[in-house]
Amino acid sequence: MMGIRSIAVMLAASLALVAGLSTTEPFRTFMPGLIEGAWMTVRIALVGSLLAVLFGVAAALARLYGPLPLRWLARAYIEIFRGTSALVQLFWLFFVLPDFGISLAPFTVAVLTLGLNVGAYGAEIVRAAIGAVPRGQWEASTALNMTRGQMLRRIILPQAVVAMIPPWGNLFIELLKATALVSLITISDLAFKAQEMNQTTFKTIDIFTLVLLIYLAISLAITIGMRLIEGAASRGLARGRAH
Amino acid sequence: MTLDRATPMVKFAGVTKRYGRLTVIDGLDFAIAHGEKVALIGPSGSGKTTVLRMLMTLERIDGGVIWVEGEPLTHVERGGRLVPADARHLRRVRGKIGMVFQHFNLFPHMTALKNCMEAPMTVLGLPKHQAAERAAELLDMVGLAGKKNHYPSQLSGGQQQRVAIARALAMRPKVMLFDEVTSALDPELVGEVLNVIRKLGAEHDLTMLMVTHQMGFAKEFADRIAFFHRGKIEEEGKPEEFFGNPKNERTRQFLRAVLDAV
Repeated sequence: MMGIRSIAVMLAASLALVAGLSTTEPFRTFMPGLIEGAWMTVRIALVGSLLAVLFGVAAALARLYGPLPLRWLARAYIEIFRGTSALVQLFWLFFVLPDFGISLAPFTVAVLTLGLNVGAYGAEIVRAAIGAVPRGQWEASTALNMTRGQMLRRIILPQAVVAMIPPWGNLFIELLKATALVSLITISDLAFKAQEMNQTTFKTIDIFTLVLLIYLAISLAITIGMRLIEGAASRGLARGRAH
Repeated sequence: MTLDRATPMVKFAGVTKRYGRLTVIDGLDFAIAHGEKVALIGPSGSGKTTVLRMLMTLERIDGGVIWVEGEPLTHVERGGRLVPADARHLRRVRGKIGMVFQHFNLFPHMTALKNCMEAPMTVLGLPKHQAAERAAELLDMVGLAGKKNHYPSQLSGGQQQRVAIARALAMRPKVMLFDEVTSALDPELVGEVLNVIRKLGAEHDLTMLMVTHQMGFAKEFADRIAFFHRGKIEEEGKPEEFFGNPKNERTRQFLRAVLDAV
């Protein structure tokens, strides 16, 4: 796996490239609009990722330890949102839900769809990571008379989290890329701004090269962030492994 | 309920355990007195570890009743009949029992001290300073005062097992279960763990049940030896008697095999 330093170098290079290009014509004219769009993309990705973690953890715990009806519900949620297209989910929430009397703001629909979609994949990650904690940890906590909840919270999840972080990083990047879909429900994200500018100026190469670099920079930033979180979460566990 | 010394600390009454069609414990009747130290020995697959695991509620039993201080462990008495107990009852009775495992099972994300503080705080509700004090005392008792802030992965197997003993003791159990606690250790580390157990043995109030392959230790330490074979106690007795003059042919075979191996 690539070291955090080389990723940081790539991030710096792509940012430098964006900054360098943005001082020259014709890139300069597009830059403010694209930055605005990029900010929207980042906000959607952040809120969407947060929701994805919430949905993922909740669905995994419900599926593993919930009462039977809840287990089925979690199972259905995971299968439905993994098994159907994110674009159709987005349209369904945006165009169909209002027919049932529920009209949500475009931003809400965007983060909810992405959160639900990625959360369904995340649920399986959480489930696998919990399953990977050795059975002896459960047994030791039982012998210490902990409740199910105490075991999960204090013993199992802190260990499972370490194993979850790299696959979640992948999902966050998937989510970032999927944010481009929200341009189809009237949100002025990076992809939307790019198309809008392309239609008025026809500077396709310049615009989409810049947009590519901006997406790359955001995704590299996510990778770096996840590496830092991984380092912090595995402090106790990793310390010994090195010895 | 008033308890006298005559009430067994632990009593298995007709306890049966099956895995599918395999019966691993077959109508076991077995009583352990207050403060008694019993060593369970026998060939692998004879059910001795299952006895400890059932008592720790890590295995569900398929028949019979386990009594702890005159109280059913997995059942409650209702209208003169025994019905399966709820989680609260189970936790209350289980609180009297502590266990040390073959593979230590320390919490890898916590230091030695935190390992010993966790359950006293979350389960017993001890305030932090009190839990820390108790944990430090116990780590000192097992000879690891200097390793308080080490993570399990920074400790040797023998040290980890001693932390595990301290962790179990921090819950102030009345019964301690030792499940082949030296089997996963390098030979030169066995002694330090056995020494800690010897020290505990001096506390007359603590009831101890241990599954072990260390015949020498069992002979020296235990008040009673129980030899398991095919889910039943085949022979039991005081160590001198048991080792000096085993009556059962299977016991003799087993002892010959293990003592030859030494």
